[in-house]
Amino acid sequence: MKKKLTIAAVLTVIMGLGGVVAKAAVINGAGASFPAPVYRVWTYSYKKATGTRVNYQSVGSGAGIRQIKGKTVNFGASDKPLKKADLDKHGIVQFPMLMGGVVVVINIPGIKTNQLKLDGKTIGDIFLGKIKKWNDPAILSLNLGITLPGIPITVVHRSDGSGTTWIFTNYLSKVSANWKNQVGTGKAVKWPVGLGGQKNPGVSGNVKRIKGSIGYVEYTYAIEAKLSTTTIKNKAGKFIGPSIKAFQTAGANADWNNAPGYYMVLTDQPGDGSWPITGVTYILIYKQQQNAAKAKTMLKYFEWCYSQGATAATRMSYVPMPASIVKMVKQMWAKEIKANGVAVYK
Amino acid sequence: MKSELISRKYLIPPELSDRVFKIITAIAAFVVIALMVAFFVQLVWYSMPSIRQFGFKFIISTEWDPVKNVFGALPSIVGTLITTSIAVAIAVPISFIAAMFLVESAPPCIQIPVSYALDLLAAIPSIIFGMWGLFVFVPFMQDYIQPFLAETLHLKSLPVFGDVYNGFGFLTAGLILALMILPFICAVMRDVFKMVPAVLKESAFGAGATSWEVSMGITMKYGARGMLGAVFLGLGRAVGETMAVLFIIGNSQNLSYSLFSGGTTIAATLANNFAEADGIFMSSLFELGLILLAMSFCIQIVGQLWLNRVSRKMGER
Repeated sequence: MKKKLTIAAVLTVIMGLGGVVAKAAVINGAGASFPAPVYRVWTYSYKKATGTRVNYQSVGSGAGIRQIKGKTVNFGASDKPLKKADLDKHGIVQFPMLMGGVVVVINIPGIKTNQLKLDGKTIGDIFLGKIKKWNDPAILSLNLGITLPGIPITVVHRSDGSGTTWIFTNYLSKVSANWKNQVGTGKAVKWPVGLGGQKNPGVSGNVKRIKGSIGYVEYTYAIEAKLSTTTIKNKAGKFIGPSIKAFQTAGANADWNNAPGYYMVLTDQPGDGSWPITGVTYILIYKQQQNAAKAKTMLKYFEWCYSQGATAATRMSYVPMPASIVKMVKQMWAKEIKANGVAVYK
Repeated sequence: MKSELISRKYLIPPELSDRVFKIITAIAAFVVIALMVAFFVQLVWYSMPSIRQFGFKFIISTEWDPVKNVFGALPSIVGTLITTSIAVAIAVPISFIAAMFLVESAPPCIQIPVSYALDLLAAIPSIIFGMWGLFVFVPFMQDYIQPFLAETLHLKSLPVFGDVYNGFGFLTAGLILALMILPFICAVMRDVFKMVPAVLKESAFGAGATSWEVSMGITMKYGARGMLGAVFLGLGRAVGETMAVLFIIGNSQNLSYSLFSGGTTIAATLANNFAEADGIFMSSLFELGLILLAMSFCIQIVGQLWLNRVSRKMGER
């Protein structure tokens, strides 16, 4: 008798749990690690505010694209935009979620943050291994009035494939002919010199540890690790330090209306105040959704990210998308996202 | 009680249940082989695009360019061989001496706690070694060991060292690996030395041999083959170690002569690149995995053969 009761109790609990799981649809997403700190805060606050659970795994942009194509997640995330043709082939749409800056960080004793000035060609030559010491004439000529030690330069790059690397090498390919010919743009590239660090924290950790090192990380990680950033000469010829305002300026000049499938790269943008290594990070979803209720929940979440999520994003030194672009994205949702032939978003 | 036993009804007749049991155990055993074969087949299958495109050149090429999609495994293979060699070269003599001490001359009050510590050390997860390596050992190498080797011993003029160092690289990775495999090798060697029959040693002592002579002449000769087995076990672990090496090897695909310079191993290359790779890049990673599997497979087989021969010999005597 007692046994039967126990079994009944266990069954009730299991069925009860099943009911709960079925009621609250879980939205699963995976991809880019560049915006992951913000996404983590967003999913947490959204769960607290609405009770809807959103899982985000920061597995990297490439894996995110692979997972959405394999339909193992509800949305993918990537720092590298997909071309319109590729999107159409899979029936996927992409839209920008956040903008952020990649910064060049250094560890030179006696040099304060934003004190060192660099331009695109010099950064290219440093990462190519052509400039080997900090007191190289090419660096000194940009930094008159500063004494730089003659210590060797250690380049620190990402060891894993990453969207951050894609943004950084895309910038270098635009500003350094040598870089473009010898290395090129990619999520992983053939680094001529240097040490690899695991993800953003690995790079910032190695730069912090090695005297005379230089590396690149997403801005938040530079602030967190209290690393010295550098000022960089932008397309307008002005030396500019990294700041949210500078990332915003770079984004403001972008012409989103003429970007098919929102394909937009924000590196080396014109404008006096533009930060030259700015990137956009994207969300990828299917046009044809299997489950209307789930699709609605998901789009509601993204809507929340655009509106309520902006404060958290800014606090973490990312730039939320401007209202005009959010409006464009919402119009696209209303037109393109369908479940069983019916528009999901109104 | 007895009547209960006799009247007990079987759900399945005993003859049948015996057969079912036999089949289940057979399946379970077969799963192991099936897994092994499946792994191998899958790796070969996924590496085919890379094997077809690069052929044998894959193994001897140092080119690793994800942008142009050209891949070569030599830096990874060489890195694996160098770090493993350093690890074995350091771990084997130390384990040998430690095991010798434990078996031959340590009093029980030392032998027992040290033996326990040895087994505990072998159980430390590799990620702990990696973290410790990155936060403690790398700065220590940069500040003390590498300057000592380069400046004080004037080894910096030799190409295998060089004068640029930052704590990371082959030497550091090799040393960490040595620490990781040391407890394994030492534990096996201790057991091998224990297998030496007491009669042999006692008669040697009786004949007037010193401790040194007994250790060298009896224990070591008797355990020579077992020791080789221990070395192979350590080798097997060092070759495939990923996390600990990843943190400290420097992750550079450029092949360098200097032990101070950064490099990579097969396992580290795989772990670094899997998330973002696709197409021929992914296929090349699978081929690297295949090479690693083949390497550790060979080491395990050779190691097992040695161990088998040793135990058979023990049985004969």
